[in-house]
Amino acid sequence: MTVRFRALMGACAVGMFATGAATGAMAETTITVATVNNGDMIRMQGLTSEFEKAHPDIKVKWVTMEENVLRQKVTTDVATHAGNYDVMTIGNYEVPIWAKQGWLLPLNFPDSYDTKDILPAIRGALTLKDKLYAAPFYGESSMTMYRTDLMKKAGLEMPEKPTWAFIAKAAKAMTDKSAGVYGICLRGKAGWGENMAILTAMSNSFGARWFNEKWQPQFDSAAWKDTMSSYLDLMKNYGPPGASSNGFNENLALFQQGKCGIWIDATVAASFVTDPKNSKVAKDVGFAMAPHKDGVSKDANWLWSWNLAIPAGTKKEKAAETFIEWATSKKYTELVASKDGWANVPPGTRTSLYKNPEYAKIPFAKMTLKSIDAADATHPTVDPVPYTGVQFVAIPEFQGIGTAVGQQFSAALAGSETGEQALQNAQSLTTREMTKAGYIK
Amino acid sequence: MARKVTTKRRITVTVIAWIIALLIFFPILWTFLTSFKTEGEAVATPPHFFFFHWTLENYLEVSERSDYVLYFFNSVVISVGSTIIGLIIAIPAAWAMAFVPGKRTKDVLMWMLSTKMLPPVGVLIPIYLIFKNTGLMDTRTGLVIVMTLINLPIIVWMLYTYFKEIPGEILEACRMDGATLKEEVLYILTPMAVPGIASTLLLNVILAWNEAFWTLNLTAANAAPLTAFIASYSSPEGLFYAKLSAASMMAIAPILILGWFSQKQLVRGLTFGAVK
Amino acid sequence: MATQHSRAAARLMISPAVILLLLWMIVPLAMTVYFSFLNYNLLMPGAHNFIGFENYKYFVTNPAFITALINTLVLVGGVLLITTVGGTLLALLLDQPVWGQGIVRILVIAPFFVMPTVSALVWKNMFMNPVNGLFGWIATSFGFAPFDFLSQAPLFSIILIVSWQWLPFATLILLTALQSLDSEQVEAAEMDGAGPFARFFHITVPHLSRAATVVILIQTIFLLSVFAEILVTTNGGPGNASTNLTYLVYAQSLLQFDVGGGSAGGIIAVILANIVAIFLMRMIGKNLDA
Repeated sequence: MTVRFRALMGACAVGMFATGAATGAMAETTITVATVNNGDMIRMQGLTSEFEKAHPDIKVKWVTMEENVLRQKVTTDVATHAGNYDVMTIGNYEVPIWAKQGWLLPLNFPDSYDTKDILPAIRGALTLKDKLYAAPFYGESSMTMYRTDLMKKAGLEMPEKPTWAFIAKAAKAMTDKSAGVYGICLRGKAGWGENMAILTAMSNSFGARWFNEKWQPQFDSAAWKDTMSSYLDLMKNYGPPGASSNGFNENLALFQQGKCGIWIDATVAASFVTDPKNSKVAKDVGFAMAPHKDGVSKDANWLWSWNLAIPAGTKKEKAAETFIEWATSKKYTELVASKDGWANVPPGTRTSLYKNPEYAKIPFAKMTLKSIDAADATHPTVDPVPYTGVQFVAIPEFQGIGTAVGQQFSAALAGSETGEQALQNAQSLTTREMTKAGYIK
Repeated sequence: MARKVTTKRRITVTVIAWIIALLIFFPILWTFLTSFKTEGEAVATPPHFFFFHWTLENYLEVSERSDYVLYFFNSVVISVGSTIIGLIIAIPAAWAMAFVPGKRTKDVLMWMLSTKMLPPVGVLIPIYLIFKNTGLMDTRTGLVIVMTLINLPIIVWMLYTYFKEIPGEILEACRMDGATLKEEVLYILTPMAVPGIASTLLLNVILAWNEAFWTLNLTAANAAPLTAFIASYSSPEGLFYAKLSAASMMAIAPILILGWFSQKQLVRGLTFGAVK
Repeated sequence: MATQHSRAAARLMISPAVILLLLWMIVPLAMTVYFSFLNYNLLMPGAHNFIGFENYKYFVTNPAFITALINTLVLVGGVLLITTVGGTLLALLLDQPVWGQGIVRILVIAPFFVMPTVSALVWKNMFMNPVNGLFGWIATSFGFAPFDFLSQAPLFSIILIVSWQWLPFATLILLTALQSLDSEQVEAAEMDGAGPFARFFHITVPHLSRAATVVILIQTIFLLSVFAEILVTTNGGPGNASTNLTYLVYAQSLLQFDVGGGSAGGIIAVILANIVAIFLMRMIGKNLDA
């Protein structure tokens, strides 16, 4: 059957549709880099010629896609060893799971790379058995971004460590729907990396957890109910319309247009909202830590990094490693700084960046570092849990479960079900999936 | 209808038709206009319709960031290639079904159409594995094969309906004159079927051009067509309406222009045997 | 008229198409059936043990399954209704003498050429977005609160987008059929004193039924697997409000990477699609027999 199939396929090819001409003749290696269409990566793509100048024997091809499409493509690729990509951009959720499966090649950088310089919280998440499996391109935590002008008008002052109660009070005071200003913007779009990031981080700060030590879901706990009702109260009263389809990008656009009073989201957003070219409110943005609840030791700080890694299916690992070394080096940071200014360098990966006096002048530098330091991926919750990861649960099943739960919570925000119902559904669907996957015996 | 139409009535109908046509066309027009705005202007309230500062910066930025020519080339090869191969396979089949119908012909035809009802996601992993093991992954050849197979049923059916409309008497007359099967197909049928074939070709190029599931999942850097090009602009950071519009126009313009120019052929042929 | 000779030739001419499609159907389908009995998650390498009908059980007992089934039917039915009725009305309009008929027709068929992903993105962001979309602006300028289409009426919004894409197709086919309507017959009816409505229902509608069947058949084939529009706009949500069967299979196989479960879902979808197909074929078969 297969032989026949191949023969037929061959017959169809008719030569004229030969595959893209490989650049094989020269001693040149072409690597394919899969990456997300986020601003920092697009800047990296724009600097390709600098890399090719420094390494004339390597050519770089880009596959730049929206996050979800990209994740789906690289996961299928790496799991089947298809070998379409030589460098992949993946999150710190995937790195430990994939490294354990043997799908990633360990990185061996020369001393000049200074691996020790990588922020400990980030480095820890990318290391398995003392080997680094991915190099961080940028790292982020979550923090509170707010409009200083609106705060002033409301006669309030943002403390460095706000509580959820204060956030609600400030959001109420800032909301002016007739002027199109909404007190608070939070993610509402369903997805484990979208609304579940903020909701899980938020739930940590309310003392909730995803699973107990026996992997039983905990959505029926009082702490989760508390989280949910606070979230819904905030968003339904002071949030923008259509919040249930807003993710990071949509909220960023809203904040840049001056439609949000407070936005609690990734620290990387800071450089976009303070960029006068794209942001109408660049001059009036203040930063504070992610909120917490009085009497709860954890706060709503998450930990995420976008990293470059080499899939085990590649045949060009040397060139791939050279590229990763370049893109995540101190020199790359300096290159970006010299072209686009310090505010635009990829943040949150290296200690040395935060010691740099030039970078310290950036208004959000200090708060970003503090936020990242505050996140603890190994002990994310108040009560003990069998998993690691702050705003995610580092098991392979989480993508599917997290997104399904995210759908329920998004429905609660849209008003098609109540918060109670959403939590109940989340509880039952998570129990189902965890039983199917064999965690719950 | 060859009846007299009063001018008044004609004016009314014209006005209504134009309003409706413009409403239907409006999303495309709006995308077109937005693609020439700055990002800030693209979300301005109230929206600016014609009087804004027209700029080409979005097009420049998009073509700087992505290798548009490669995506475009891939789209052309995949859609045209698969359609031509599909026609080569389908013409004889449709001919046979139309002129030498057996008891089973209709069943075979319906079965062919039913293969199109297979949800692609359900069979993605098998196809993905086959592609990986045969080295077809991320090649134009691979996508041409898949697109051919996907659209083959539609091609066969469309052709079948055209061929059926060709009167059998002509063929019989030819056979009396001693024409061989080959001559029959080449000199009699084909010329008569050209309009049908042309519109089949057009419709399939359009369908293949716009197919976004297989083309997205079975490609990486080399064979990716314009559907993949769009995926890198669909939800980037910050304000993006203008850039999205520019990328959208670049993805749909070629097929839109082709469709408009060949509108007559397409319309003439697009009957699926619906007209009797 | 067919001789023995030409029958053999005919079979030979049909066979490439049949064999290719058979392979295209059977090879992946066989693999899918096989996977559907395995505990096979792409993210967990190692042995994939045989687990019988477990995957099917989980897929069917998933509360989202029934919702998805209903959504699929509503989506297909809704779009068919809008496009056939709208298409008929548009065809009647375009059949009238109109100044600039060529341009009008070009404008009307244009949506058919637009990639589904592009049209979904454009509708979602530039029209239905309650803050920055045009609909939101229209609502606020009349003093209403902007309606949040994609979260308040997700399925309806998707039906709207898909209908916009398919309306031109329906219009074209129905228009072609309309133009072949025998005008003498209409005139005769007019002489007999039949009003415009009577003429429409007794002459035009029966004449168009054949074309309408074709429209329904072709569209159903494409509508059963609507996917890009949902992925781009609502991701099947909120909750499961806009999840159709195809999207549910997608979530299972490409979000959870549960190949076993996804395959089981795929097989179920194929079976259901075939039921629809048989139903349709019966209807078409009757209507298309010349």
